[in-house]
Amino acid sequence: MKNKTDTPLTEDFDTQTLQINVGPQHPATHGVFRMDLTLDGETVVRLKPVMGYLHRNHEQIAENMTYAASMPYTDRLDYFNSMSNNFGYALAVEKLAGIEVPERADYIRVILAELTRIVNHISVIGFLLNDLGAFFTPLTYAFREREKILDLFEEIAGSRMMCNYFRFGGVKRDLPPGLLERIRTMMDVFPRFLDEFEALLTDNDILCLRCQNVGVLGRELALNAGLSGPMLRASGLGYDIRKVDRYSIYGRFDFKVPVGSKGDVYDRYYVRVLEMRESLKILDQALRQIPSSGDIISRKAAPFLKAPRNFKPPVGEAYGRVESPKGELGFYVVSDGSPQPWRYHVRAPSLINLTVLEDLCIGHKLADAMVILGSIDIVLGEVDH
Amino acid sequence: MRTEEIRDHLQSLDSSLRLRIVLESLLVENPEDLARAVRALKSSPRLKIDFLSSVTAADYLDFLETVYHFYSVELRIGPVVLRARTRRDDPKIPSLCGLFRSAELQEREAYDMFGIRFEGHPDLRRLFMWDNFEGWPLRKDYVQEDSDVLESQDLAWLEKNSIHVSQELKTRALDLQARGLRADAQRPAAEGPANSGAP
Repeated sequence: MKNKTDTPLTEDFDTQTLQINVGPQHPATHGVFRMDLTLDGETVVRLKPVMGYLHRNHEQIAENMTYAASMPYTDRLDYFNSMSNNFGYALAVEKLAGIEVPERADYIRVILAELTRIVNHISVIGFLLNDLGAFFTPLTYAFREREKILDLFEEIAGSRMMCNYFRFGGVKRDLPPGLLERIRTMMDVFPRFLDEFEALLTDNDILCLRCQNVGVLGRELALNAGLSGPMLRASGLGYDIRKVDRYSIYGRFDFKVPVGSKGDVYDRYYVRVLEMRESLKILDQALRQIPSSGDIISRKAAPFLKAPRNFKPPVGEAYGRVESPKGELGFYVVSDGSPQPWRYHVRAPSLINLTVLEDLCIGHKLADAMVILGSIDIVLGEVDH
Repeated sequence: MRTEEIRDHLQSLDSSLRLRIVLESLLVENPEDLARAVRALKSSPRLKIDFLSSVTAADYLDFLETVYHFYSVELRIGPVVLRARTRRDDPKIPSLCGLFRSAELQEREAYDMFGIRFEGHPDLRRLFMWDNFEGWPLRKDYVQEDSDVLESQDLAWLEKNSIHVSQELKTRALDLQARGLRADAQRPAAEGPANSGAP
């Protein structure tokens, strides 16, 4: 569509800016996301994100059912990381109802949350290369490794992606026998794969040229715009909720928080690679420390598994947040003493990380806008909730 | 810091702020003061609030409420929770976009779902629902439309696109229109808080 109000850009040619739509059905938008773009030649001069195509009023659905019944719905928020979503919701409700989690269940939770982080980051890097034009070959390698972890999830929870495994006060069932050894086997192979992957990518000329100094996000803007997760850390702020809140049992593990220096797409890529290595470190410690037996759900919460309508947290509110692979995933739950939450709100990191999309893309080429969007790492199930 | 300390600290910074403790949060009694309270949080050397994590709203039948969760990334403090209340029939709350960009999309979301007008927001449009959608879906009195029942507006659209509609459906749609009704879905949940315990 031509935009008539703009003046010609040069004296010689009668050029105009061009308004185009990218999405909602476009492979580079990672789902039904639309960007309303204005281009000057190939350079982005204006970008407005348009969302809501996958909106299903997740919050109202949750307010109309019992607390336990929304657990499977949280899987559908960020469908790459159902375990992290479960974790956040379980934490918020446990805070609300004052439920303690047994030690073994806490270890299982942490192991699964870290496996999820690896699944997420390896997929994001694969998709980022897709956006760069390396169609599907790196992504297939990434997915091969991801599939190995999803196989473990299937064994644990019965489902590859929609795990629905956490319960208030613990987890649904104990780990199947021999699973920890299989996680160990996966962990022995994974660093080698990561080395190989990095050998092809980290110093790759094309990756460096396309990603360095593209979409630079300064510290102040990142903080002011509420960014979190790898986006914030790539901009040089070592803020990790696992370290700050020490929720669950994260205080027991020794791991580093990788930070970037520039805040460009390359830093966001590399921070994710380093985070996977840190996750492996946490996994290694957790596998060594996990008690070999014990309760997997708190005694106080176990009766509500069979009778979810009897679960009535006391009047009050709670905000539980976790470091999901995308950033700060928060659940705000208000109880009025009935079996249904009076108010249920999700602080979706994917949505809030999109606040800066326009700032990052202006002045870059259209092809770079795709890469920048890929590096923000959105999942539309979560953006649109 | 405990909530009482934060209240006293904020009032020592700005003596005209009227704050009340609700649960473990601070209710800004006059919503007009919200931006001043947040500015005090930001400038306070003891709190150094620099991160607005979550902005949301809730419907308590008598009033609408917005809830803000603040953190200090520098000092690792948080959450500091502020809330502000507004009338249900003409809800207005000052926007925090000028102080925290993270409010931009979240205030649009709260406007979309509750109809709270955030005054001073640079681009207050619906975020998820389409522009000419009517109603505020997360308010407790919102009644969902039954999408299986045809209404007269749907008939016009279908006819314009030359899609055949049976006479029976047409009669029913025109009947609804004649009686001035909307095709509402059945409400699934019970109304009202169970023990009037909205905080």
